[in-house]
Formats: sequence, structure tokens, C-alpha cells
Amino acid sequence: MVSIVESAVIDAPVDEVWRVLRDFNGHLAWHPAIATSRIEDGLPGDAVGAVRCFTLKQGGMLREQLLVLDDRRHELTYCLLEGPLPLFDYVATIRLKPVTDGNATFWQWRSTFRPPRERQDEMVGLVRDGIYRAGFRGLADHLGVRARPALSQGPMMQPSPVSKPATALSSPSIRPLLATSTHEAEAIVVERHGGPEVLVAKTIAVPDPGPGEVLLRHTAIGVNFIDVYCRTGYFDLLKPPGIPGMEAAGRIEAVGPGVTALRPGERVGYACPPVGAYATMRVMQPDLVVRLPDTIDDETAAAGLLKGMAASFLLHDVHRVEPGEVVVVHAAAGGVGSLLTQWASALGARVVATVSTDAKAAIPREGGAEVVVVRRREDFVAVVRDLTGGRGASVVFDAIGRDSFHQSIDALAQRGHLVSYGQASGPVGSWDIGAFASKSLRISRPNYGHYIGTPDDLAVQSSRFFSALEKGLVRMAPPTRFRLSQAAEAHASLEAGVTTGSLILVP
Amino acid sequence: MSKVYRSAVIDAPAAEVWRMVRDFNALPAWTPFVADSRIEQNQPSDKIGCVRNFRLKDGGQIRERLLALSDYDMSCTYSILESPMGVENYVAILSLTPVTDGNRTFAEWQAEFDAPAGREEALTHEIGTGVFEAGLVALKGRFRR
Repeated sequence: MVSIVESAVIDAPVDEVWRVLRDFNGHLAWHPAIATSRIEDGLPGDAVGAVRCFTLKQGGMLREQLLVLDDRRHELTYCLLEGPLPLFDYVATIRLKPVTDGNATFWQWRSTFRPPRERQDEMVGLVRDGIYRAGFRGLADHLGVRARPALSQGPMMQPSPVSKPATALSSPSIRPLLATSTHEAEAIVVERHGGPEVLVAKTIAVPDPGPGEVLLRHTAIGVNFIDVYCRTGYFDLLKPPGIPGMEAAGRIEAVGPGVTALRPGERVGYACPPVGAYATMRVMQPDLVVRLPDTIDDETAAAGLLKGMAASFLLHDVHRVEPGEVVVVHAAAGGVGSLLTQWASALGARVVATVSTDAKAAIPREGGAEVVVVRRREDFVAVVRDLTGGRGASVVFDAIGRDSFHQSIDALAQRGHLVSYGQASGPVGSWDIGAFASKSLRISRPNYGHYIGTPDDLAVQSSRFFSALEKGLVRMAPPTRFRLSQAAEAHASLEAGVTTGSLILVP
Repeated sequence: MSKVYRSAVIDAPAAEVWRMVRDFNALPAWTPFVADSRIEQNQPSDKIGCVRNFRLKDGGQIRERLLALSDYDMSCTYSILESPMGVENYVAILSLTPVTDGNRTFAEWQAEFDAPAGREEALTHEIGTGVFEAGLVALKGRFRR
């Protein structure tokens, strides 16, 4: 016997969610997998003992019987009578509870059943993802609310697959003051994982660069969401006590023995692990930094290098955008999204930009998008179909993940390309790639580290981004500046979502 | 019989939150209203029947007995032995349930009690808002990722 328990929080009052769920025939309206459904023998949808007979969109007929319906506890239990899958003795219970803090609903969906041993993983995955998780999303969509988002994951920066060699990750912690240090620096130190308050200003000692190292003096430091994840411990790129930060610009202060590619005084920038950017000085490997052209000021580099290089390889290497192509960019007011919109438009593509709210619509509109869709009230799939005479888009750039993945696939034309480069709303779940044959779709899941991981790649992507800035193909709003000592305030603003555009720290 | 119920979603895995709240003597560590706490007779704080004796920041003294503790359900049941509130037959349950979507925690805090005539509404509000809600909000803030 296996047992599955899945749960989610729906941003609607419990009575409202229950009104929909208590109708045993109502799943046709909200569950995305259901094609048709009826209650047998003309019984009402809330009669205990009623049997619903339904078909799935992917084929297959099932019959399920309502065993318990409890309006006081907001609970219903049902069992499977007949179906195409080996889910023997399947009994499931849905239970709702009020979340008084915020007037939302906690929804738990649990079941026990007996699958054949050799198909156990497959059946568990199908029930958990195809029925329960899909149901949570479906009901939230049906009610026009969101399944209350969990913490979001920043685009592309994933905790584990850092492609740099191990040495690149070996020096994030603070070197003790008593070492052979020679340079005093101001730094922001994460003493322990936690809220913004764990960011503490300290004086540290930075050693002279060793063989094959350079010493940098920072002039501007980029603040990214991945820094928040390092601070809270959600990503394991920083072990306290340590200095966060992965993006900065500055000057070469000194070079270690054997370094010939860079000289003291040169202006450089970088956007990669290891952490350690929140400091006036640091030691770095020379092949991780790029020279900054005179046309790019330090603050623009610190604010834009990571997002800009990401936009560069997404539009040129992951998918080569061609003039006239219909390109969908989700979250088009965001950091990477706004660059994608501007750059793809400049390359001659017809950009359909989606944003979550009306307030954000102006950003992609100014960025050159042909159409801007406010996802909360408009169906971008229909907009794309209208625009393309029903054919669909040739590429979708999607960093939203779970909440948009399905529709992104719907919006694609035959031989279309879905570029999933982040999952701000959560993981996209398991998909049967056989389904992509219906349109010969291509799916890419690029990782930042794999496109800027070598000095050659880094040179290609950075120079392409700098040249796009110089030619005016992309523009970046001036970043919001904080003093380095105000890093905690910068994090608090970033997390509160009160800023637009990039954030930087200035020593 | 009066009833109070409050619940909230905490942005951390349930096991992590449980590690903090299962300690019957840990109220000063995570609630904003408890000044200090001790377990009477030096008993371990997970011994069923032990009594926590704590002082509120406003000066009130409360003694509560641990009636049930479940590491399986992640729930803790206790009764009030003495308090300045004047409630009788007060039994409260603090329980956690995982939210699998996002690996978070659904936390519930509820109580049933008899209040002196005419004090039902005031006590229901005081316990619901001043104790349970304040405690859950503090827990939320503590685990904010």
C-alpha cells in the first residue's frame, strides 16, 4: 500500500474553495485533466454514494464514488471503482482548513492505494503530479487566484550545477585577520543564515594575490536575488561566516605571480561564483573577470553584467532569434525579461511580452514589444494565436516555470522552442516528452554556468552585451544605489519588491 | 465553552519549525510575549505531564501542563493550571502540517475553555489575537526565507 499526501495554500477564503470542491461533478470545471464528467443515475453532485463517470483529456474513462461529504470539516472522501490504470483500492480524501492569517485556504489531498510493484513509481508520480498538483493549479486558476506562491527561485541560478572547477568555489569564506594579510577591506559578512539583519559590516584582511590570482578593488557591486538565497541558506554557495555577492565591477589592484593577461589599474567586472563581492576588495581568478570598455561605466557593469550576459546567450546561442519571428517573453518587466524584450525587438523579432500587472506594462511597451499582455486578465495564448493566424509563436522565453509552462507550450507553433530558464513560481514538474511530438517541440533548460563557464564563452557573451549597450539595442535604467554598509537595507528592499530595476552597493 | 482558532503559513519546512516549537520550555525563544520560562521540578520539557511556569512580559505568571506531544503528527496539547485570565478547562493544541507545495508549514493553534460569564468575548479576542496570532506571526517572521 502506498500513501500520498500533497498540500497547497490557495489564496481564497475556505468557504469559496469548498463551494467549488464539494460538488463531486465540479472537477470538470477546474481540473485541467478532465475532458467530460457526469453523475450517474441523475443524482446531485453532493449525494453521498453518487458515482461520477468521467474521461480524461489524454484518454481513458474512470468511475469514482463519493463516500464521505462533510460540510463542517470541509472534507470529502471518494474511491475509484473503475479505471484504465492499476490503482487498486484507491481511496482519496480532500480536506480544507482556513488560514486565518490572510484569509486563505490550506488544502490537503491524500490517498492510499495498491499499485503493482513494478509500476509503483509511475503511479505515484501520476497521481501526485497529474492529479493533485495539477488540481491545485487548476482550482486556483478557476477561482482567478494564485496558489499562494512559495518562495521564488531566481532565473537560471541553481544551487548545484555550478560549472566552474572546484577551485572556483574554494575561497568564499573570510580569511582570518592573522593570516599573511596585507590589505584592510570593508566587507559585509553573513554571520549565520537568516534575515537581512544577519548582514554585518566588518573590517577584514585580504591577502596579496597568490599565484594565478588577482586582487580587485570594487567600485560597484551588483545585488541579485541569489544573494538573498545565499544569505538565508536556501542555496549552499555560502557557508557562514562568509561574504555574499557574485557580481561587481572595479579595478585590478595587484596581480599575483604568473598573471600576465591583466595589469594593475585595468577596469574589470565579473558575474559568477565564488561568492565574496560584498567587499571593498577581494581576490579573484583572472579568467573569471572581463575587461570593461570605456563606454561602459562601473555601475552599469555591476548592475547589468549577469542579466545582460544571460540575455545574450539566450537570444544567440540557446535560440538564434531571426527577424520576423514571433517571440514570447514572460515577466517582461523583470531584469532579464526587459533585456530580452528590447534585444529581440532590435533583432527584428515581433515580441509578445507578458507582465503580471498593468503597472508593469509600460516597461516592455517602451522596450519595443509589439504586444503587451497582462497575464492576470488576458489570455496570452489567444493573443499569440490571433497575431500569428493560429500558427503560434516560434519561441517562448519562460522564467516563471510552473504557473506558465503549460500555456507556454500551448502558445508554440509547430517546431516551436520553449526556453525554460527559470522557475520563479516553482518547478514545472514531470512531463511525458511523447506529448511534444504533437507539435515537434523543442525544450531547452539552459544553465548560466554552462554558457559563461569558460574564458572564451565569457569573452563572447560579455562583448556581445557591451556592444548591444553601445549600439543602443538595449538600455538599462539607472540602478538604485545603496552604500555597501547598507547591504541589509538593499536586501530588505529587494525582498519587499519595492524597487524596480537593478540594485547596486557602492563602497 | 468558548473556542479559538488561528492558523498561518510559515515559509520553512515543517520539521524545522517543529524543532523549535516542540520544546515546551522554548516560549521565550520564539514568542514575543514571554519573558522567561522554566519546567517545574527540573523535568525534561518533553516529559508528558511536565509543567511549564512562565512569566509574561506584562508581568503575568502562567503555569501549563503538557498533556500530549506527538513527533509523528507534530502537535502539542496542553492545559492551563493557573493564569491571570481566569479561564477554566482550558485545553490548547498547537500543530504543524507540511505544505508540500513549496515545502512550507501550515501552523494551527486552537483552544477550548470556559470563561467567566460576560468575559467570553474579551478572552476569546485576547487569546486569539494577543497570544495565538502574535505567536504565529512571530514564528513566520523568524523563519522568513
